[in-house]
Amino acid sequence: MRGTTATIGHVDLNGIGSSPLRKEDWPLLRGEGTFVADFKRPGMVHAFVVRSPFAHARFTRIDSGEVQSAPGVIDVITAADLPDRGRPIPTRMFKDEGANRYLQRPLADGVARYSGEPVAVVIADSRYRAEDAAERLHIDYEPLEVVLDPDEAVAAGAPLLQPETGTNVAGRLELNLGDIEEAFSQADLVVEDEFRIQRHAAVPLETRGLLAEYDQTTETVTVWGAAKIPHVNKKILLHMLGWSDERRVRLVELHVGGGFGARGEFYPEDYLIPLAAIRTGRPVAWAEDREENLRATNHSREQVHRAALALKKDGTFLGLKDSFINNTGAYVRTHGMTVPGLSISMLPGPYRWPAYHGEYRSVVTNKTPAGTYRSPGRFEVNFVRERLVDMAARRLGLDPLEIRRRNLLSKTSFPFDTGTLFDEHPVVYDSGDYELLLEKAMASFDYEGLKRWRHEAPAGGLLRGLGTAYFVEKAGPAEREYARVELNSSGDVLVFTGTASVGQGVETVLAQVCASHLGLPYERVKVVHGDTAIIPEGMGAFGSRASMLGGAAVMQASRELRRRLLDAAAEELEAGPEDLILTSGGVSVAGAPSRAVSLEKLLSAHDGVLKVEDRFVCELLGFPYGVHFAAVEVDPETGSVHVHRYAVAYDIGRVINPTLVQGQIVGGLAQGIGGALLEEFAYDAGGQPLAASFMDYLLPTAEEVPYVEMLITEDAASPLNPLGVKGAGEAGTAGVGAAIANAVSDALGQDIRQLPLNPQRVMELARA
Amino acid sequence: MTRKISIEINGRLAEGEVEPRLLLADFIRDVAGLTGTHLGCEHGVCGACTVQLDGRPVRSCLMFAVQAHGHRVATVEGMAPDGDTLSTLQQAFHESHALQCGFCTPGILMSMEAFLREEPDPSPASIRAALAGNLCRCTGYQNIVTAVRLAADRMQSS
Repeated sequence: MRGTTATIGHVDLNGIGSSPLRKEDWPLLRGEGTFVADFKRPGMVHAFVVRSPFAHARFTRIDSGEVQSAPGVIDVITAADLPDRGRPIPTRMFKDEGANRYLQRPLADGVARYSGEPVAVVIADSRYRAEDAAERLHIDYEPLEVVLDPDEAVAAGAPLLQPETGTNVAGRLELNLGDIEEAFSQADLVVEDEFRIQRHAAVPLETRGLLAEYDQTTETVTVWGAAKIPHVNKKILLHMLGWSDERRVRLVELHVGGGFGARGEFYPEDYLIPLAAIRTGRPVAWAEDREENLRATNHSREQVHRAALALKKDGTFLGLKDSFINNTGAYVRTHGMTVPGLSISMLPGPYRWPAYHGEYRSVVTNKTPAGTYRSPGRFEVNFVRERLVDMAARRLGLDPLEIRRRNLLSKTSFPFDTGTLFDEHPVVYDSGDYELLLEKAMASFDYEGLKRWRHEAPAGGLLRGLGTAYFVEKAGPAEREYARVELNSSGDVLVFTGTASVGQGVETVLAQVCASHLGLPYERVKVVHGDTAIIPEGMGAFGSRASMLGGAAVMQASRELRRRLLDAAAEELEAGPEDLILTSGGVSVAGAPSRAVSLEKLLSAHDGVLKVEDRFVCELLGFPYGVHFAAVEVDPETGSVHVHRYAVAYDIGRVINPTLVQGQIVGGLAQGIGGALLEEFAYDAGGQPLAASFMDYLLPTAEEVPYVEMLITEDAASPLNPLGVKGAGEAGTAGVGAAIANAVSDALGQDIRQLPLNPQRVMELARA
Repeated sequence: MTRKISIEINGRLAEGEVEPRLLLADFIRDVAGLTGTHLGCEHGVCGACTVQLDGRPVRSCLMFAVQAHGHRVATVEGMAPDGDTLSTLQQAFHESHALQCGFCTPGILMSMEAFLREEPDPSPASIRAALAGNLCRCTGYQNIVTAVRLAADRMQSS
């Protein structure tokens, strides 16, 4: 990979393109991090959330008398205690009018609709005693019939989650591009099938947690443990509390133990814990245990697709049809229709389609509510589309990569308006050279060698298979971001950003961007984020947006600060700004170091600190793209899938930190491996979750995650932001389900229609 | 009912009057105030709470504090030689980008430090086998394997 280190005045700045050691690491390595459960306040008490043990049940009475009198108990909260019995938690994106009928209220009120739904909160002087007391809560549950499967949810006579609506369909959309009937009527071949993606989830290693404190004098509430979107959640919390004065709520991010889409959304507890602090006048701490986390935090991915691909004998694609149902669980949470919306808009992928028809229904069922998970919608539809392409290639006797190459959008197509929409924004692929990346990947990963390996006979009855997946990713949602850069007379730089840290390295990356464009070393830059009291606005960290939008804002503010500083120095030194050298000490004239002015003097007119703000706005999204290669050995006797080689090629537009980009890809791939081979939220017929611990919900370990080969290219810079970057977070995950399924299909000679490819499923396929 | 216990943590005696049901992890975090030891699952799978008991890695969520009475416990806070330096293994993690969010890192450092004492020259495969007792959701483990090998090299040459 190329990577240049910007140098100005012979100082290595560790700017864009270099991989300096991360700013975040030091406290985390020493055990000196402050995750929310590590944070304590004087007089702090503990909350325990009592959850419904039933997937669907009616109740009329909650008897909390015995709880109130239990040792250490300070307060018990049920729906009856909430103003308005608790306002519905609003959606924050992909809003859908109809979906508002299915929003979740903070506490179940008369009906619980999934196992794990909050019904009460017990506050006590210790977590142990809060849990003890919660056992004495009596609720007269009367179980109701459950609906779990997405097909059952739309069937006539299905139990309804919100009977007054008359349907379990919370949202629907149809998209038509070109004449789909005409396209299919001209086809030499149509491949069609049903594809199922299993329910699984982000599952960050740190469970959710909060600490809230109310100041009675100022009537303000402070919430520590915010993540992902502190400023957005501040507004939601104000709405939930019915407060209008923005100064009354402060959200503060501490260290965050992974996000991946789920952590940091506004959940019932994000209202209940601040409310408990207000009611009790005590700081209230809450942390999920893992069993709660697996039942309460957003699930994702569960979809069933009926899809068809029409094509000519030579492999030319004519049309793509897909009708799918998205299982959003018991309620529509903050993401609204994001997951099905991204699925329908990103299904076409990197190919030319004369015609496309997509339609979805997003249904409610008696399972944990769902939201986004790394590469939302794309992990799912890449599996569907890339499986269809492989099925067609096999039927036509074409090489799987050759059939893809013949249909890729050409380099001259960009910007390419797909005709689909992302939350009302047109999906316009900003830049690309899809064929070039495929060629480079085939050469770099030795595709011919892999094919030879595929045809060698391995020992022990193992079956070998090769699978690939080509995909387009998307990056940079939520159209605006804030940055403020401040330089003081000691040469120290503070960068304030409206993005957030979920562990990805945003402090490091934004400091690099600042270093390059301000022209002062990375080591002197400190990045501040995640406190709504000191950062006026921000859209957070999700959808691979922090580097794109946050980076662009930091770049512009840094450049402007440099310009102002050098203009002032130019006047002082009677030289042209282009002849000046900026260092942490001051500004001097190139070639004449004695002609210099100190930062102290330059900044004296600004009270010693020069500040520049920027708000970067970009309504369109960036579309990085990539291809995954998987080479597997399948044991038909045990059903195990061993990944022999895994490789990812990805064009990211421009790389800020090569090491961190690679880290994102391998980490994302590990999660994709979990989704392809292991992870599944299974339920019994009554709606009880069967995977409510890490004994049953299997995260991949170091033995399941393969070594990953990577090729990161910078052939298609994004024209949408001045850095040219596109976002690195999700490419590792996007294609794994598809590539592994294609490889296992190739090994077994059986079409894979369902994930995950756990041993039982693989053994069944091997015997079929 | 409570019991008075004392546990030597990182060379210092921590004492407390505790309920028998108090987890060792909660004693370390809440009584001794050492919050570098994290709880990721509370049922012994994820390994985030790994500490060393008399030099051997244990899950502090699977032990009661009273069981550790009179024993020596080492936690991540005791790894670095001083405030300005990291241990060889910590430094290797830093240089290899072997952590992202850092939540699982203390447990992994504890496991791998003990592992390298038993196996000072491990192959990547044996590092992966040893690492399989700790879950990491961010890194995909690749850079952790690199870091452990780098630390092994440096420990052997020093």
